[in-house]
Amino acid sequence: MSAVTEPATHDHGDGHHAHHPFQAHHFETMEQQYDSGKLGIWLFLITEVMFFSGLFTAYAIFRSYHPEIFVAGHHFLDKTLGAANTVVLLFSSLTMAWAVRCAQLGQRKGLILCLVLTLACAGTFMVVKYFEYSHKIHLGLVPARYFSFVPGSEHHGHEGEHGDAKHSDGHADAAGHADAHATTHDPAATPDTLDSTTAAQESALLVHDQVEKAAIEGKDELPYRIGLFFSIYYCLTGLHGIHIIAGMIAISWILRRSIRGDFGPQYFGPVDYVGLYWHLVDLIWVFLFPLLYLIQ
Amino acid sequence: MSAVTGMTGSVDHAAGAHAAPGFLSRYVFSRDHKVIGIQFMFTTLLMLFVGGALALGIRWQLAYPWEPMPLLGNAFADEGGQIPPETYTMLLTMHGTIMVFLVIIPILAGGFGNLLIPLQIGAEDMAFPTLNMLSYWFMWPAIVFFMLAMHAGAAAGWTAYPVLAVLPQAAPGSGVAQTYWLLGVTLVGISSLMGAVNYMTTIINMRAPGMTLFRMPLTIWAMFITAILQAFALPMLTAAGLMQISDRTLGTCFFIPAGIIVNNADPTVGGGQPLLWQHLFWFYSHPAVYIMLLPVMGMVSDMLACMCRKPVFGYKPMIHSMGAIAGLGFIVWGHHMFISGMNPMLGMAFMISTILIALPSAVKTFNWIGTMWGGRLQFNTVMLNCVAFVSMFVVGGLSGIFMAAVPVDVFFHDTYFIVAHFHYVLFGATLFGVYGALHFWFPKMFGRMMSEFWGKIHFFITFIAFNLTFFPMHLLGMQGMPRRLADPYHYSYLEHLLPLNQVMTWAAIVMGFAQIILFLNFVISSFAGRKAGRNPWNANGLEWIAPSPPPHGNFDVTPVVYRGPYEYSAPDAPDGQDYWLQSDERGGQMAERH
Repeated sequence: MSAVTEPATHDHGDGHHAHHPFQAHHFETMEQQYDSGKLGIWLFLITEVMFFSGLFTAYAIFRSYHPEIFVAGHHFLDKTLGAANTVVLLFSSLTMAWAVRCAQLGQRKGLILCLVLTLACAGTFMVVKYFEYSHKIHLGLVPARYFSFVPGSEHHGHEGEHGDAKHSDGHADAAGHADAHATTHDPAATPDTLDSTTAAQESALLVHDQVEKAAIEGKDELPYRIGLFFSIYYCLTGLHGIHIIAGMIAISWILRRSIRGDFGPQYFGPVDYVGLYWHLVDLIWVFLFPLLYLIQ
Repeated sequence: MSAVTGMTGSVDHAAGAHAAPGFLSRYVFSRDHKVIGIQFMFTTLLMLFVGGALALGIRWQLAYPWEPMPLLGNAFADEGGQIPPETYTMLLTMHGTIMVFLVIIPILAGGFGNLLIPLQIGAEDMAFPTLNMLSYWFMWPAIVFFMLAMHAGAAAGWTAYPVLAVLPQAAPGSGVAQTYWLLGVTLVGISSLMGAVNYMTTIINMRAPGMTLFRMPLTIWAMFITAILQAFALPMLTAAGLMQISDRTLGTCFFIPAGIIVNNADPTVGGGQPLLWQHLFWFYSHPAVYIMLLPVMGMVSDMLACMCRKPVFGYKPMIHSMGAIAGLGFIVWGHHMFISGMNPMLGMAFMISTILIALPSAVKTFNWIGTMWGGRLQFNTVMLNCVAFVSMFVVGGLSGIFMAAVPVDVFFHDTYFIVAHFHYVLFGATLFGVYGALHFWFPKMFGRMMSEFWGKIHFFITFIAFNLTFFPMHLLGMQGMPRRLADPYHYSYLEHLLPLNQVMTWAAIVMGFAQIILFLNFVISSFAGRKAGRNPWNANGLEWIAPSPPPHGNFDVTPVVYRGPYEYSAPDAPDGQDYWLQSDERGGQMAERH
């Protein structure tokens, strides 16, 4: 290992060997600088994988304990938009890889074009994501505590606007009538005495039992914990979205530098590193899409 | 910058034009690993006093329950100087948090790691100097958030277990304070991650010619293994922390169980798993105890070899056992949850893997003793602290074996026996090792020696007071005194423990004030200490051929390494020395280059 990574014997004697303008002073050679950056970005990607694996652990735990909420929940996700976003991201991976190639060959125009395309794809992804999010938030399909989606709005006038606006788009087939479920989220007046606390607790547990029973019997009603699915959905896709935004910032930085003409066959590290990061972000989406949208 | 390095010579840098770096870029936003390391050290020593003051608050309450506390009691003036119960819980929470996240972890990896890694491997600087600077400056927002959490009264313990930590109504300190606390943990984690990536890259890629992996000093091996632990375990805590933040702010209910009702609050939907937090938290925080120990193990090996004038006994077994400790450290986290609800079979697996860690730990202990055996021991401050490290580590390690066993742990869990155990390891081992390392590498940091006299005074007071404070905790634990209880004497079976607690408290107060000696010694010696040459200890590592303090760029010329790190008492050593410098090319042992 050391043979590979050791810097070449130092030639400070003459002190005038040509340094590349972007070689940092503490590196002996451009190769060492490039290798260090590459190793650093790979190690960073490992930490990213570990980071998402924490969230995937939560996914695995909740899915093994409550598979019904995943089956019920995924009907609310738009497979078409998700698939479109997948294609967009995969295409952006292609343009990013192409950008690295252009940087290595010193093709400045091609590099700029590829980076702009990648940025456009990332922007498209985020716009689609925005529409998906706002649609769901409008419906009340939000994380567990604030989950307020009501399949049939007949009994809840104050939520009528959600119901009539959105029930024509085919999602509602998953959502039957879960009045009992709705009452759970309808906080009663704050209990003042121990007695009323116990009563509220009992009724909550009663409702909970009914809803679970209904779920076991395979009815179309929403399972009690359906909100948890959206907890996971928002956390996973939200953190992924933040990574996309971070990637867009990094690509913009690379784009600015490539317009300036910094990159060429001698120096293309930053493009390579950002590219690797971008591929990881795409890869995470490749896992998220089936795990959230396509499960049965 | 370019004038002093001698390595990059007269090369014109593209960024150019910074011939004389200003005060800000030189001492504040510096990208020089040595300055960053010293910044980390000053910050963490400052935090050591904050955390120590909190500990004295805890001790006061345990010795003189509900009596007004002198000095620090002014912080609770509206209570008449008395420590209210929720404040007591805040004290123990923030004491643990500050000591773990703002003292021990950053002083080892951030402080000594930064200072020593490039110097000992013969590099000019870290691979990513800017990242290095950021890793220091990410600590400050974390400190601010922790202080906000302290002010708001975060009180869920340093482990922040749900449901107590997640539901704002659960306890007086579970409101916004816990959100601050989580943000602090997340930020300090990002700081550690940046450091870890940097250390690994530097150690793999920046070594001087001839510095093969098995010529690296054990400090470097320890830092490398520590960085692996940090990089691979810490992201789990970051993920878990973000999940808990979203539980608190977005209502996600990852850790809130179904149908839970606290303090007459509205029933929460829930459906989550409180135990999931414990698993994710300890998946990081158990490796973290090795993050808090391994670097010291490495540094003590270096110091012992030098002070005993002997090669480290069993250099490769030392490395392998550090690797084994780290590897096993990843699969033992469940032993923190034996009584949280765990399948007994799984408990058995965690018990066995935990007890296995005793093997590599014992290998290391015997190797340190073997290093000292028959050596020419110099009983200076460095040596004393190193011996304290080894002996206190033995005590802390032995009590660890007790708790690794499920049947014993069921009895001891959440008693003061646990508190005794981890203070023996974290203070008794780690902090004594840190004291030794501060004295040992101080000349390299400031070009001056720390006072030997005051160093010894500090050592003896601290060592005696430490044992008086923490050893009785074993006894308290065996009497069943629980942790985290503001007034244990409320229970009649604990009333007779009050006098013992008072002795411990006075020992703790003495110990706390003794640290002022260290701090003054550190600060005053940095400008008034006896001048040190390049190699005041006659040590043989690469850092000792650099000037003291080394300039930006460290070495006069890039060192070439011909030898292993511990060639002391060599009969053929040149120039009347008893050691071979690692970079000494004379003698028969020509390096097998490449």
